[in-house]
Amino acid sequence: MLGWGVDRLRADMNRLLAMLFHQGVLDEQFLQLQQLEDESSPNFVSEVVNIYFHESEKLLRNLRGLLMDREFSDYKKMGTHLNQLIGSSSSIGAKRVRNVCVSFRAASEQNSRAGCLRALELLEHEYCYLKNKLHELFHMDQLRVLAAGVTYPPQH
Amino acid sequence: MSSNSIASNRWMSEKMDGFDPSPNSNSDNEEEGVHVLAVDDSLVDRKVIERLLKISSCKVTAVDSGWRALKLLGLLDEEDKSSSSSSSSSAGFDVLKVDLIITDYCMPGMTGYELLKKIKESTTFREIPVVIMSSENVVARIDRCLEEGAEDFIVKPVKLSDVKRIRDYMASREVRSVQNQEERSSSNINKRKLQECFDLSLSSSPPSISSSSSSSLSYPSRSPSLTPSPPSLFSSSAPCSPSSLDSPTRRLKMTGFD
Repeated sequence: MLGWGVDRLRADMNRLLAMLFHQGVLDEQFLQLQQLEDESSPNFVSEVVNIYFHESEKLLRNLRGLLMDREFSDYKKMGTHLNQLIGSSSSIGAKRVRNVCVSFRAASEQNSRAGCLRALELLEHEYCYLKNKLHELFHMDQLRVLAAGVTYPPQH
Repeated sequence: MSSNSIASNRWMSEKMDGFDPSPNSNSDNEEEGVHVLAVDDSLVDRKVIERLLKISSCKVTAVDSGWRALKLLGLLDEEDKSSSSSSSSSAGFDVLKVDLIITDYCMPGMTGYELLKKIKESTTFREIPVVIMSSENVVARIDRCLEEGAEDFIVKPVKLSDVKRIRDYMASREVRSVQNQEERSSSNINKRKLQECFDLSLSSSPPSISSSSSSSLSYPSRSPSLTPSPPSLFSSSAPCSPSSLDSPTRRLKMTGFD
């Protein structure tokens, strides 16, 4: 049963990836990361992306914390967080998240609290979408690995 | 899930040390394997550059700050060390022998530029090529780094082609050092070629000769035509191979100047 599931899973993964590229959610840097996977480092992409998620969520919490403060004025600190997010997003190929961060940074450079709040909403939305889709992708990949381990008919 | 736990374990060990020793063997053999010291405050970028280098057959030591890099190299001031031990690092391991240093530009505390200067000021380490990485494509920044003696400047995100270019440079550099042991004119040729290739697309002030270069070569007048030279840093076909230098110059052309 699972034998031909591998092909179907692979096709589904490719379809999801193609959609994410088409939407501009991911760019070629993500492909570059995939090329760095091999037998010695078979989970490289998910490892790096999980680190990215962990760090990004910290930064997002910091950004929201800064903006929720009524007496907030430290736009420079906001810029520092955003620079980190821009850098790491670009390193994994998260194009849309990166671009939203760049606009966010522009709003912070204009010291516009309203603009920053809007940008933060958009950033959180984009980040959630990216995270959901990549989790979907990694989940399919894990199923594919499991399915590939099953031979049909079973060999003794 | 197993892959998640692997990620969290490695993340944890990174967090604890800020230092990721390469598990590669053959550390005694200098002929094989370029040993690269990678410096970046971003954990994501450290993981990526580490993988890029390992897949390009380099040994990698990745650290999270310029301070830690200097400590590993044994370049920290004596007064900064808490222990009163000798020149070997207070962390308990021998001073690292590296063939190349690749560092991010924007880092808290010590920037990549400051790290570059410290390395070029050191008699022991000034000959080690230093490559700067930056997500910002700022011409003035690139020029400043090259003038300070950086070997190359990579605009992030770093790709396999960038690392391959560096790897090829290191390989040809090893060959040349065997052929020509007296003077490391290669790094100066590299700078001259890089500078002249930038010159093709940019107009900027004339470069100053880096104080770190020991060679007696002087900077040639700025012109696109190059005099015949020893084997090119980047390729053997042209003095200034556009495909090898494509990365920074292409990005410079595309994104404009600051």
